[in-house]
Amino acid sequence: MNLEYTPEQRAFRLEVRAWMETNVPKERLPSFDLTREGFEAHRDWERKLSDGRWGMVTWPEELGGRGLDLIRWLIFEEEYYRAEAPTRVNQNGIFLLGPTMMEFGTEEQKQRFLPSMAAGDVIWAQAWSEPGAGSDLAGVRSTCARDGDEYVLNGQKIWSSRAVFADWAFGLFREPGSERHKGMSLILFPLDAPGVTRRPIERMDGEKVFAEIFLDNVRVPVADRLGGEGEGWKVCMATAGFERGLLLRSPARYQQAAKRLIGLYERHRHELPASMAERVAQSWMDADAYALAIYAMCSRLAAGGTIGPESSTNKIFWSELDMALSQTALDILGPRAELAEGDPERWLDYYIFALAGPIYAGSNEIQRNIIAERMLGLPKG
Amino acid sequence: MLFAFTEDQAAITEAARGMLIESCTPADLRRLLANGEAIDKTRWQTIIDMGLLGICAPEDKGGLGLSLIDFVGIAEAAGYVALPEPLIEMAGVVVPLLASLDDKGWLARVLAGEIVAVGHPANPLVSEADGAAAFVLSSGDDLHLVERDAVTLTRVDSFDPFRRLFCADWAPSAATHVNGGWRQTAQRGAVLAAAQMLGLGQRCVDIAVAYAKDRHQFGKPIGCYQAVKHLLADAQVKIEFARPVVHAAAIELPLGSPAAKARVAHAKLAAAEAADLAARTAVQVHGAMGMTWEVDVHFFLKRALALKTAWGTPAMHMAQVIDRMTALPTGPEHTFAASFEHG
Ligand SMILES: Cc1cc2nc3c(=O)[nH]c(=O)nc-3n(C[C@H](O)[C@H](O)[C@H](O)COP(=O)(O)OP(=O)(O)OC[C@H]3O[C@@H](n4cnc5c(N)ncnc54)[C@H](O)[C@@H]3O)c2cc1C
Repeated sequence: MNLEYTPEQRAFRLEVRAWMETNVPKERLPSFDLTREGFEAHRDWERKLSDGRWGMVTWPEELGGRGLDLIRWLIFEEEYYRAEAPTRVNQNGIFLLGPTMMEFGTEEQKQRFLPSMAAGDVIWAQAWSEPGAGSDLAGVRSTCARDGDEYVLNGQKIWSSRAVFADWAFGLFREPGSERHKGMSLILFPLDAPGVTRRPIERMDGEKVFAEIFLDNVRVPVADRLGGEGEGWKVCMATAGFERGLLLRSPARYQQAAKRLIGLYERHRHELPASMAERVAQSWMDADAYALAIYAMCSRLAAGGTIGPESSTNKIFWSELDMALSQTALDILGPRAELAEGDPERWLDYYIFALAGPIYAGSNEIQRNIIAERMLGLPKG
Repeated sequence: MLFAFTEDQAAITEAARGMLIESCTPADLRRLLANGEAIDKTRWQTIIDMGLLGICAPEDKGGLGLSLIDFVGIAEAAGYVALPEPLIEMAGVVVPLLASLDDKGWLARVLAGEIVAVGHPANPLVSEADGAAAFVLSSGDDLHLVERDAVTLTRVDSFDPFRRLFCADWAPSAATHVNGGWRQTAQRGAVLAAAQMLGLGQRCVDIAVAYAKDRHQFGKPIGCYQAVKHLLADAQVKIEFARPVVHAAAIELPLGSPAAKARVAHAKLAAAEAADLAARTAVQVHGAMGMTWEVDVHFFLKRALALKTAWGTPAMHMAQVIDRMTALPTGPEHTFAASFEHG
């Protein structure tokens, strides 16, 4: 064990830092969930990252990456958040679909989809949930009926983040007549294909963060299925492992937020009870604990390990940490917290989004079931 | 940067752990209590014979010359079995302390199995003192190495029947004075207490899981019910996120910097919280049985309660964390204490 960066890793950090200092937009970009302009501004940022070959540093060079290991990915993320760079509009692509495609995709699919994903030319949405299938994802009813070299997609998806403006989606469908975990396939489809209708759903603050997707006889080539026919469940569970466990929420995000929380606390210290320091310290410690756990996880992965049910412990930890952290910020702000213009750092927005943490990527109740059954070996309910 | 145990580290831990789990069962603890024995002499001899006491002793003094991180897994295992013998205190705290002092030959005697008890200012009472052949005690900033017969001991009972605590009365003199200071003794004690608490917490979860599979109510094992599952899952999550902090503290402690000290404090806080939650959860999952002497949970609950305030209280450690948080830069590039060494 050793917890010191190599000289090469330190040099890499400085390289990322220098690039971020020159390139991160000085002004905060407009939200990618409100307007097409905001979305495109974020796409431009993805393109800029990609031009600098920073799109996804762990990917092989021929797919637009730098072929770096996970420790360097963590360093990259640390510098990314340190620079307060824009939120990745393509997170579902690069963090979820990308790694899944590396594992399950054909060579042809990798060549076709990954470079354009890394370049920000195609922004991806995840289309799994349905009105009747949330936690119980095996209950999806949207269908993919095979017709020669094509699938015909029908049904309804919901809660698809960024799908209002995104280009393509990766969806979970089933063969007509199949049941539960059998007969499912993961299928890629363009969101502007004939037969696709999108309807934005407003979040409680009015932002259109997700969409319903209606599919009415949408035809896609069989070649756009990811993984084997009928193996959609297995493929999705691999994606969910990346999502909960590692890639979606890198620790730097919380460490930077904790740093901002500490700054907020220090500015208001004179008006706060001493006990507030403990709450701030708890969030800061938890953010560091999450970082240490992820460094340990990446070290295990580098040694050939796999992500198991511990991805569920990660998901619970980061989502609860995020909520506690932003609640503490609101409590520090006191009566200013509710004011629309009361706080330039927008902790209220942060809190609203943190509220969703225990729900998306598999609710925390489901994660607790997984921990109890698969880590602790308790019997199914 | 490699945050994983090497094969050698894992092998040393596994050997010790296997021996401890096999010999130090709850039944064995009960046997010792019934016989009025403080420790198991056979197991102590095994510990000596396996060389576990010398893991952190310098090689030229007959040890393995390894670091705290090489020993931390053994401390976790000792917690897992609520070990009554003072392996962790001797090998992890006393041996490195003696190695840093003019030890008057006591280091070799400790490696051979004699006990030197420590009266550190962080701990109001001296533990393991009745079996001690000598003491390291402080008088102001000075350290004294005092032989057994120069100290009057008064027993103070602990809730944990295996913790033998004493008030020590003695008089410092030029003859007892030794050059040296406590250095990082309290921090080593804190990290090792934290490591033991990880093991204690895990044992509480494991005992409760076994019970939840076995105990039936409403026609099913209680472990089928989500309310029970989720209690145990939450305890496990706390343990999972305390462990890497304890490991990091063990590695960073030798730096001695404010960041390293805060990491130690964080480790102790996180492990104490995990052990505390796990112990309370284990009681809850057992229902009324959880309150009894018959169920084994209390051995682990009591040790966790005692270790929580050993080598520094949670309030003191929280204050150290707050100091570091406000005095030194924070943020994603400052995860590791070494980041401050390299600017
Ligand atoms: C911000 C946000 C972004 C999202 N983005 C996407 C996306 O991009 N793509 C996509 O496909 N989906 C997305 N989702 C949907 C998300 O995956 C689902 O919301 C989630 O899986 C829960 O499903 P549900 O909302 O239908 O809740 P339900 O499944 O109806 O659950 C309601 C409540 O019941 C609890 N519950 C349900 N079943 C159990 C059980 N067996 N045991 C204990 N408790 C249970 C849940 O924990 C929850 O508290 C997003 C959701 C949010 C909030």
